[in-house]
Amino acid sequence: MSDYAIQQIVNGLSLGSLYALVAIGFSLIYGVIRLVNFAHGDLMMVGAFATFGLIATDHVPWVVLPLLVLVAGFLSGGLVERLAFRSIRGAPMITGFIVTLSVSVALQNLGLILLGAQPRNFSFPAVFRERVALGGIDVAIIDLTIPAVTLLCAVLLTVFVKTTRMGIAMRAVSENTLAARLMGISINRVVLLVFGIGGALAALAGLFWGGKFGQIDPLMGFVPGLKAFVATIIGGVGSLPGAILGGYILGFAEVAFVGFLPAAYAGYRDAFVFGLLILILLVRPSGLFGSTEEERA
Amino acid sequence: MLTVEGLQVTRGRTRVLTDLTLEVGAGEIAALIGSNGAGKTTTLMALSGLLPIAQGTATLRLDGQTFDLTRADPAKLVRAGLVHCPEGRQIFTRLTIEENLRLGAFLNRDEARVRALMDEIYALFPVLRERRHEAAGGLSGGEQMMLAIGRALMGEPRLLLLDEPSLGLAPQVTERIFDTLRDLNAERGVTLLLVEQNAMMALDIAHRGFVIREGRVELAGSGRDLLEDPHVMGAYLGLSA
Repeated sequence: MSDYAIQQIVNGLSLGSLYALVAIGFSLIYGVIRLVNFAHGDLMMVGAFATFGLIATDHVPWVVLPLLVLVAGFLSGGLVERLAFRSIRGAPMITGFIVTLSVSVALQNLGLILLGAQPRNFSFPAVFRERVALGGIDVAIIDLTIPAVTLLCAVLLTVFVKTTRMGIAMRAVSENTLAARLMGISINRVVLLVFGIGGALAALAGLFWGGKFGQIDPLMGFVPGLKAFVATIIGGVGSLPGAILGGYILGFAEVAFVGFLPAAYAGYRDAFVFGLLILILLVRPSGLFGSTEEERA
Repeated sequence: MLTVEGLQVTRGRTRVLTDLTLEVGAGEIAALIGSNGAGKTTTLMALSGLLPIAQGTATLRLDGQTFDLTRADPAKLVRAGLVHCPEGRQIFTRLTIEENLRLGAFLNRDEARVRALMDEIYALFPVLRERRHEAAGGLSGGEQMMLAIGRALMGEPRLLLLDEPSLGLAPQVTERIFDTLRDLNAERGVTLLLVEQNAMMALDIAHRGFVIREGRVELAGSGRDLLEDPHVMGAYLGLSA
């Protein structure tokens, strides 16, 4: 395999991880309350600016920072649910579209008011930009860190959902809300938890996004949010492994489009990404992992 | 144990329960019978906190404590000892059998106790133990009913509301389920409020029966009396008087 190809694989893994982190929350939220949350990507922006602010204080050690960002994302996700989405729970899907899009626009504008439209440079520690030799090629440390941390998050989340009392409750609510209530499960608490987890992972993606690309701005979350939506649909909405796999498929596809097609086409990467979505849905209408019963929403 | 007076419940624009009054004593099996749409399922849903109660009173008295059922959420009622096993079983088909049972004791944080309860359920329904790590959706109808009852028992009910346990089951399986219910009542002292389409079987095991019509109790009496009542026989047991 050529060095160029290996480099592209690392890029794909790293970009795919970012999409996967956002897609997990997207999929969890849809799975539990059948809400397509267009504001989800904007929590990535919130996480990026939380990181930016924490770096600016100059007092937060680098080991603690991601943990604080996770907490910030958890709280933001929970807050958005409590303020905007709780009151429309169970409303028709079209109401969900409108409200989540409104929240997305509101978050972006809040960002513009508070932070200004000017992109900010992200002063991530230099060590992450350093490159290490990997099988004859140089790879940026950040591009290795991102997939490693994403994998860790995916494993922890899977263990949580499979084995803990609240994790099992989450799956129960996702399958049958009425029966879950009869078990004494508080639906509000489960939904809040799901939004918190989704927000935390999106915020972490925001931290990594800034670290990888070096620049952040208040509108940065929307397009990656849409792509995470695409990743979720590719994988099959509501499926956790599906969301992760969808994220990586998308990451690899995007890197491949940019890396292997003539440079003149690189600007159309998003067209290719959404074209891929259409293609996959033509062949498998409920995604790669989705079951047809998911469609009951 | 359970006292319901003048209960009124509206679903959508329809007043399903117009004026429902009934009483269930501790340790009894009570059966609610009546034709489709009479309000049987609505009664259970209102009592377990799934539907808002427009008017009337519903009280649960247990060990000297009194619980108002008109303004309580299901979690509080489960804690008090009122567990509802809903119509159509409503097991979690994508979860394993063991996970279903674990959720029946969701509010119980004592893992050792949960384990012990689970072993009791497995002793009661050995087929559930054999397949405990399989998805519950793969169980047959009768096994799903056993799981639904087992899951309800995990909540250690003092009053168990059961909606149509015979629904869609073969006659022998239904008999087996009813035997289990009778044993639960006799041996563990679980009070049962049973809604049934199969009125004859229900009245056969019931100490007390209520015939519901258009959202109110039309006729009440001991299970035996109702079984022998010519009007009930004609209208609900499919036998001509």
